[in-house]
Amino acid sequence: MTAVDAHPAAGGVVGSRLLRREDPALLTGEARYVADLQVPGTLHAAFVRSTAAHARVTKVDLSAAAAMPGVVATFTGADLKDEWAPLPCAWPVTADMKSPAHLPLAVGKVNYVGDAVAVVLATSEYAARDAADAAVVDYEPLPAVVDIEDAATDRVVIHEDLGTNVSYTWELDPDRAAVDAAFAGAAHTVSGRYVQQRLIPAAMEPRGVLVVPQPFGGDYTVYSATQVPHILKVMLALTAGIDETRLRVIAPAVGGGFGSKLNVYAEEVAALVLARKLRAPVRWVEERSEGAQSTIQGRGQVQHIELAADADGRIKAVRVRIVADMGAYLQLVTPGIPLLGAFLYSGVYDVPAYSFSCTAVFTNKTPTDAYRGAGRPEATYAIERAMDALAAEVGVDPTEIRRRNFIPPEAFPYSSVAGLVYDSGNFLGALDKCTAMAGYDQLRAEQARRREAGERVQIGIGVSSYFEMCGLAPSRVLASLNYSAGGWESATVRVLPTGKVQVVTGTAPHGQGHETSWAMIVADRLGISPDDVDVLHSDTAIAPHGMDTYGSRSLAVGGTAVYLATEKVLDKARSIAAHQLEVAEEDLDYAAGAFSVRGTPEKALPLAGIAFEAFTAHNLPDGLEPNLEASTHWDPPNFTFPFGTHIAVVEVDTETGAVRLTRYVAVDDCGNQVNPLIVEGQVHGGIVQGVAQALWEDAVYDSDGNLLSASFMDYLVPSAAEVPSFETGSTVTPSPTNPMGVKGVGEAGTIGSAPAVVNAVVDALSGFGITDITMPASPERVWRAIRAAQEARS
Amino acid sequence: MIPAPFEYRRATSVEEALRMLGDGGEDAKLLAGGHSLLPLMKLRLAAPSMLVDIGRLRDLSYVRDTGDTIAIGALTRHRDVETDPLVAEHAPILAHVAGQVGDPQVRHRGTIGGSIAHGDPASDLPAATLALGATFEVVAPGGAKRSIPAADFFRGFLETALAPAEILTEIVVPKVTGAGWSFQKFNRRAQDWAIVGVAAVRNGSTGIGLVNMGSTPLRATAVEEALAGGASVQEAASHAADGLDPPSDLNASPEYRAHLARVLVRRALEEAAGSSRS
Amino acid sequence: MDVSMTVNGSSRTDSVEPRLLLVHYLREVAGLTGTNIGCDTSSCGACTVLVDGESVKSCTMLAAQADGAEVTTIEGLADGESMHPMQEAFREHHGLQCGYCTPGMVMAAVSLLKEIPNPTEAQVREGLEGNLCRCTGYHNIVQAVLAAAKAPAGAGS
Repeated sequence: MTAVDAHPAAGGVVGSRLLRREDPALLTGEARYVADLQVPGTLHAAFVRSTAAHARVTKVDLSAAAAMPGVVATFTGADLKDEWAPLPCAWPVTADMKSPAHLPLAVGKVNYVGDAVAVVLATSEYAARDAADAAVVDYEPLPAVVDIEDAATDRVVIHEDLGTNVSYTWELDPDRAAVDAAFAGAAHTVSGRYVQQRLIPAAMEPRGVLVVPQPFGGDYTVYSATQVPHILKVMLALTAGIDETRLRVIAPAVGGGFGSKLNVYAEEVAALVLARKLRAPVRWVEERSEGAQSTIQGRGQVQHIELAADADGRIKAVRVRIVADMGAYLQLVTPGIPLLGAFLYSGVYDVPAYSFSCTAVFTNKTPTDAYRGAGRPEATYAIERAMDALAAEVGVDPTEIRRRNFIPPEAFPYSSVAGLVYDSGNFLGALDKCTAMAGYDQLRAEQARRREAGERVQIGIGVSSYFEMCGLAPSRVLASLNYSAGGWESATVRVLPTGKVQVVTGTAPHGQGHETSWAMIVADRLGISPDDVDVLHSDTAIAPHGMDTYGSRSLAVGGTAVYLATEKVLDKARSIAAHQLEVAEEDLDYAAGAFSVRGTPEKALPLAGIAFEAFTAHNLPDGLEPNLEASTHWDPPNFTFPFGTHIAVVEVDTETGAVRLTRYVAVDDCGNQVNPLIVEGQVHGGIVQGVAQALWEDAVYDSDGNLLSASFMDYLVPSAAEVPSFETGSTVTPSPTNPMGVKGVGEAGTIGSAPAVVNAVVDALSGFGITDITMPASPERVWRAIRAAQEARS
Repeated sequence: MIPAPFEYRRATSVEEALRMLGDGGEDAKLLAGGHSLLPLMKLRLAAPSMLVDIGRLRDLSYVRDTGDTIAIGALTRHRDVETDPLVAEHAPILAHVAGQVGDPQVRHRGTIGGSIAHGDPASDLPAATLALGATFEVVAPGGAKRSIPAADFFRGFLETALAPAEILTEIVVPKVTGAGWSFQKFNRRAQDWAIVGVAAVRNGSTGIGLVNMGSTPLRATAVEEALAGGASVQEAASHAADGLDPPSDLNASPEYRAHLARVLVRRALEEAAGSSRS
Repeated sequence: MDVSMTVNGSSRTDSVEPRLLLVHYLREVAGLTGTNIGCDTSSCGACTVLVDGESVKSCTMLAAQADGAEVTTIEGLADGESMHPMQEAFREHHGLQCGYCTPGMVMAAVSLLKEIPNPTEAQVREGLEGNLCRCTGYHNIVQAVLAAAKAPAGAGS
């Protein structure tokens, strides 16, 4: 199939591979990211950050910094402590959850390397950097808590006022007796301990913020590289004590987020407070190695999972205990991340008994928070690794163990033992399609041949059947999880007097192509060209209501809101058309952008004409308001549950331990697709982030709490040279949750891929008796595992 | 991201560069392509007080046939070494290794002399010059010249036989036309430094250079001696890490590096044997 | 010190600090913010521009070193109203999402095709080893570059 740049005039737009309207500005350098904005008189901020993971701060001396050329002001945490409230955490998962006060600049004590202790402001970025280097901070070191299982022992307590490193324990235990009974009576049990290493999200655009105050107008315009301009506005108002009506937040072009820009950061609050204090524009742009510590990290869990199964390998119970690393403080949704996976450790399988608990602990490391998939990749990894263990235990192929346990298509909507209702699915269909595309049997034959021949390079085939809950989602369900925000999204659709359409969305795209997709939804519904639909977003003065973009929610929630607002506009247009054509509404047809009278097609009114009539309001039905515009706030009745099967093929050099991903086949089902071109792009990118967790990326800390992989030299984000092209396919199982039958696809690739790759690596090594490799499967780890297995046998 | 301030001087001749370097004293540094030095300066791991830019000395960018040897000007960029027909014919391993340094952007700016003078043990080109038995031509203030064999050049971590006021001007490589060779670079991402690398040239005797197996670029002397004594490839390769103290970092422990060196030396010797045209 | 260079066909002379990096010169002094900064270790390639026709990471070069050079940034690639064939190919094949790596990726790809006009997929992947993208998984970038190589206009020019 080829992409299209044509502009279908009527219908058929949804489902086409329309090229993105976002691209020309991005391809020519015309797009403006925060760092590109130049405002005269701007002061550049540089933060002085802790070099100790856990220490009392005995002295902060900024006198030398203040004397440097170009320096305008310097502040310590103590100088500013009355200017702000602690940074917000919006997800108190339990009533007794412990959360330390988290000030934008630490006062008296630092709790991770990178914790900001002071800020300097200068007339240039170069001068600010020089001055920050001249700051003198004395630390009295305390023992650092680095290991998360060690943290749980409270051997050293990080936040003395809390008395413990345990932030909370959260349990989902609908019937513990049933779980215990299932394990007692199981023919097979398997257990696994898996480590989710910390990951650095590494959006290509580093974070940045520019606050432009108008001291006499009283307003503040905050430009931020954020995924959540709306949430940020509310939180900045509360944290800095500024009237919300005086704040305008704009997310200009934003260079990726993957969850890392779903937050309210110290630097954003500081820039606002300093702009207020100094009555001048204040700008901060993160450096990459700085961001490795000052931007949230992802994952960070130790997982224990056990499966109980009958003699045929049918699962009777799943029991999960995890310890989750919060880092030094709770950022915006830090504590809730494990909960987003808590319901999913039973995977795509028909599981009758389920028990989950999570203990969340503080460590002297950068806070964790949402990173692509947020809780769901962790859950999927655990169950999909355990399924391979169960297959080995029972003695059947990994695909067979999955077939035996899938929730059958006829069981939907399916009420899971964990308490969710899964909307729709056909897990077997995705598996069958994926194995067919991969040539699964031939791969197994090739594997057997190489193993038989004792070849140095062995191949492994890894299967992962994933699903996830996304489209966050029903506000009442979020409330039951103590999430502080709602799950709705807003949209306004207005047909302008000239017939052009303006869409205002509360989503905040940063690479997802909403401008294209939302225009397609509206154009398809109105039977007009998508070129005639403009999409406005990411500016709280233009789009005042929104819940922003994260958690694969934008299409299922925000796109649906756009769809529903379009319906409302059509309804209003129909009233006007009926009035002017002097027929009943039921006698009108709508097609190709015009209403016509059924049976008398020459009696017609185009939408543009109706819009003009609505604008002049000279002849509207009684009681109908002028203008052709409608808004909606859509709060969906359920999450959506995309799913799929991924198959990874790896070659493992058994002499060096090197792993090479040679093929990757993915079949994903995200329901109906608005633009397959964009869907595929999301899948490709998602896959590589999961593959990267499996093979390369690792935020490594030493025992003193120093991040050893802070730069792109040591944190191994893969390039094109490390990955193959992908073989992707899809099945379509519409969601009944929303009128378009859409799900979400932003995180699916990442959720499915890490277990597929590790299953493949372990599969390649199974001939040695190896049953697990900790992520990332580095050459040395693989080599050590092979050597240990060989020594154990000899 | 932002280097500390420094004084910048641009030299128009080697003589002028030597004089400027002398004026600048201990903290002055030569700037060629800048691809070893500027990354360190941006992280403020290096903060020279003066940079003497020799990047414009285009008369130090050349490849010449000098009889039994080819001579490569120190300021010849990696890309030019990679694509030079003389190098391809008479020292193909050097062309290949130049094409393995960093990434294309790095190869467009980085120079062979800069790479060698920096003396990084993880760098590819020094190992190739060791395997080839290259010689480095050096000039001192006042114009005195001397030749330093590659084997004597790398002295300690980022330390070479170059005196602070000397300039490396030329790399002289013996022609090994038709000889068997191999370069084995083991890394996790294409753009990364080698975790371990092995350069082997089989031209009568066999020369082997090791990347990232100690504090300097190294010759695998134990392997070379074993081969000279008639050992099999397998047997000789087992000595690849003998007496070495390989570094430890996020990618590899010393033990794993030693293992990799043995495997990669064996593979290099096998490939060199197979690729020989003589 | 004074530096003079030709940027996207216009010559200019500016007084700069010796330590000013070329990327900062282009962004802050010349006002060409299309060239992005994605890292501080010369790893990501977001800042790739052409210097005398070849791809260079402008974060690893002083403005002073570019004195006298001809520099092309992403802003200088389009021909009037028409995007360069490489830019068109990226759009056609959805080779970008957030767009942040894109200017550097496009410039690296243009330079690659100058050196290898008809590359294999492996050569494209190796040739882009110095550029990181976090959105696309590279699949469509590689497709775009392969397609650009076949474009009649010659995307390496």
